[in-house]
Amino acid sequence: MSRLLPSLLLVAVLLVGWEIACRALNVPVYLLPPPSAVGLALVQRAPLLLSSALATFWMAFQALFAAFVLGGGLALAVSLDQTTERAVRPLAVALQVTPVVAIAPLVLIWAGLDHADRAVVALAAAVAFFPLFSGVLTGLKSADPDLERLFDLYGASPIQRLIRLRLPTALPFILEGLRVAAGLSIIGAVVAEFVSGSGATQGLAWRLLEAGNRLRTADMLAALACLMFMGLGLHAAVGALEGAVRRRLA
Amino acid sequence: MARLRGADDSGPEYAAYLSGVVIAFPGRRPLGPLDLIVHPGEILALVGASGAGKSTMLRLLAGLEQTPASGAVARTPGATTSFVFQAPTLMSWASVLANVALPLELAGIPRAEARTRAAAALDAVGLGDRLSARPRQLSGGMAMRVSLARALVTEPDLLLLDEPFAALDSVTRRRLIEDLHRLWAQRSPRPAIVFVTHDVEEAVYLAHRAVVLDAATGDVVEELASPGALPRPEGWRADPGYRTAVEKLAAALARSMALLPAESGSSA
Repeated sequence: MSRLLPSLLLVAVLLVGWEIACRALNVPVYLLPPPSAVGLALVQRAPLLLSSALATFWMAFQALFAAFVLGGGLALAVSLDQTTERAVRPLAVALQVTPVVAIAPLVLIWAGLDHADRAVVALAAAVAFFPLFSGVLTGLKSADPDLERLFDLYGASPIQRLIRLRLPTALPFILEGLRVAAGLSIIGAVVAEFVSGSGATQGLAWRLLEAGNRLRTADMLAALACLMFMGLGLHAAVGALEGAVRRRLA
Repeated sequence: MARLRGADDSGPEYAAYLSGVVIAFPGRRPLGPLDLIVHPGEILALVGASGAGKSTMLRLLAGLEQTPASGAVARTPGATTSFVFQAPTLMSWASVLANVALPLELAGIPRAEARTRAAAALDAVGLGDRLSARPRQLSGGMAMRVSLARALVTEPDLLLLDEPFAALDSVTRRRLIEDLHRLWAQRSPRPAIVFVTHDVEEAVYLAHRAVVLDAATGDVVEELASPGALPRPEGWRADPGYRTAVEKLAAALARSMALLPAESGSSA
């Protein structure tokens, strides 16, 4: 807790400064509501925000899971054969550099306008795919070359090599990829929901759009705060998992 | 000497050999032709300048190098080979015991038996009380002992060591050399040991004979037999015969490097 104290103090100072500035300068509430108004909105709209946050979280989680299975699985397959890697890697990079906003309308058409949530999951998964694919592949290929030689010398089978050498070596890389991908999956879900622009998804991005259209700035900031807390929570959870695994392995 | 080389035993007259091996490196002068014979039960030192191909020769003997452009590499049929690298090269995520049991488990020996034999091998290098330790909890010397135990657990007929003691302090190094002699003498028939070093004192003390590799071609240019029997008696480093042999080997090493242009030979 004492590690967090300086940053908590800074946040408190910024919030107090914001509150005082809003009151002293008479800033219109639709332009910048004071933190007290945002806090009130958070409390008043708590049930709605919570269900929206759950919707966004669930979509991001499904996307993360799909990206992990597909990215990790593909990396595993590719790591066994150099030619496959040369074939697949440019496509993975192409997927990574294509802006998700740009392909969103296409995916929305494919998913069907009645299933905007599926499109959101698919798009968020596309964003989260690359760090997982890249992390797993890098990890699988980063075993100590002398240990690889030792496995050669003792006639290890490909499965033995994978389970006893490459996967344990890759684990920290996989967790690092997972941490990056977790944050990206939320970003991807929010962006995709923005683009879908329909209330069908009922996530936090929809709360943002809705409040923005009505110029209810405090509600927007409340939804934004929810997104931030969700991101921080996810980051901390994966970080804790990473730490636990590192302690176990080191 | 004949006894020490194991030539009295019935069986093949080599543990391993290289014959006319040429290795092509992209963008570099090829290495070779290389000829080397390792007799059963002998301890052989490979000495030479950096870049003379000592490690390459060792990996060739182990069968870890890509197939050479020409020439033949052979080991006694059915012989088991072990390798010790310059770094301990342990699996950081596994216990000391699991690290040493690895070669046996990869060979399909049941886990319980593999672990029992690994524990015995660790006991033999004085680490019987550190079975569950992780590699990072060990000192450099202890980690190298684990690496040695892992190499010996398969009871190899051919043990190859690539500058195994280079990173250790002199006290630890001497202790490990004595350990290696003791472990070699305990086995029957004795394994052949080939090790790479650029320390001429280590070469004379540890080995029956030392071969000096040409700095340019990597082939054997000189060969010197060490005096005396293995393991060495207490205080043998003060023996005049040992001192003379060290000086002769140092001179031979200097000759092997004399043809090199200055400032070259930086790659290992």
